[in-house]
Amino acid sequence: MKIYWELIKSFVKIGAFTFGGGYAMLPLLQREIVENHHWCTEEELMDYFAVGQCTPGVIAVNTATFIGYNLKGVLGGIIATLAIVFPSIVIILLIASLLQNFSDIAIVQHALSGIRIAVCVLILNAIIKLFKSGIKDYIGIIIFVFALISTYLNILPTIAIVILSAMAGIIIQLLKARKENV
Amino acid sequence: MTWILLFWEFFKTGLFALGGGLATIPFLYDLIDKYHWFTTEMLMNMIAISESTPGAMGVNMATYVGYYTTHSLLGGVITTLGLVLPSIIIICIVAQFLKKFKESKYVQNAFYGLRPAVCAMIASAGLSVFATTMFINGDWNINNFQYFPFILFLIGLAFTQRFKKLHPIAIICIFAICGICFQL
Repeated sequence: MKIYWELIKSFVKIGAFTFGGGYAMLPLLQREIVENHHWCTEEELMDYFAVGQCTPGVIAVNTATFIGYNLKGVLGGIIATLAIVFPSIVIILLIASLLQNFSDIAIVQHALSGIRIAVCVLILNAIIKLFKSGIKDYIGIIIFVFALISTYLNILPTIAIVILSAMAGIIIQLLKARKENV
Repeated sequence: MTWILLFWEFFKTGLFALGGGLATIPFLYDLIDKYHWFTTEMLMNMIAISESTPGAMGVNMATYVGYYTTHSLLGGVITTLGLVLPSIIIICIVAQFLKKFKESKYVQNAFYGLRPAVCAMIASAGLSVFATTMFINGDWNINNFQYFPFILFLIGLAFTQRFKKLHPIAIICIFAICGICFQL
């Protein structure tokens, strides 16, 4: 029972403090899921993100379902998902019913400008950690550079990058294995 | 009837919107023509609010649309549940599949290629946030560079490296207060 409660607490926290889309929740996931609770490793977290990318739906929700499922099966997945959307529901309903011009309020805009800087800092730290655990050789660096350019400049849709890099991983490892056998 | 339609429309959005929160926006535009539940202007306002509140943007949008359309709290809950239900079903199936084939060489090699790509996608999202924060129009034009946020960014980096135990939530709160104090 206790683990469900921990799951709820962690994902409510993550849902309440994710500013700026699914990727911005990564630093929070690293801290809560990997470092505090050891529910998965840094590599597994990246795998969940990868799967969350190429399955339909909101990435943050997909990742939450994934972590919950791996921990406690279907019920875990449902609980983690409901926990991560709970703060959104409460906050949006409050704003929608009370403050329709919420995003025009000066103090909100100032706070958000500050938070954006925090998100830059947190994402950079998160990427450094991911880079260390996810990229092991020069092939990894090549894939990283290729994916970064094509994502940032919108050359390829995300799904194409996901499929291409997964195929690249399989083919390169096959070639490597063949080389070793010869 | 509106309730079932709302649930159904958001279920479809959750099922077909590939690539996160922003991908749900075209689906919402379609709803305008189809049902006249809200106007384009209202949708723009909802997008602005969803971006400036915590949580996944797609979820925020769903809650807002549900509330606005039905004028009841339950409406917001129903649309959100509709949006996440496909995720729960699909991810549970995929996760079970992956668990089964975890030892498979193909799955492992696919992830070997995927990890750098995921890292790059997050880096790309980081670059976008960085550009909009440090440059007035977010365009990497050196004439639009803002020194003050950049200095705060450097201080933040040094601070997080020095105090590694500090929770990301604490850092977000500190910077929100900084933003208010310095009128960023």
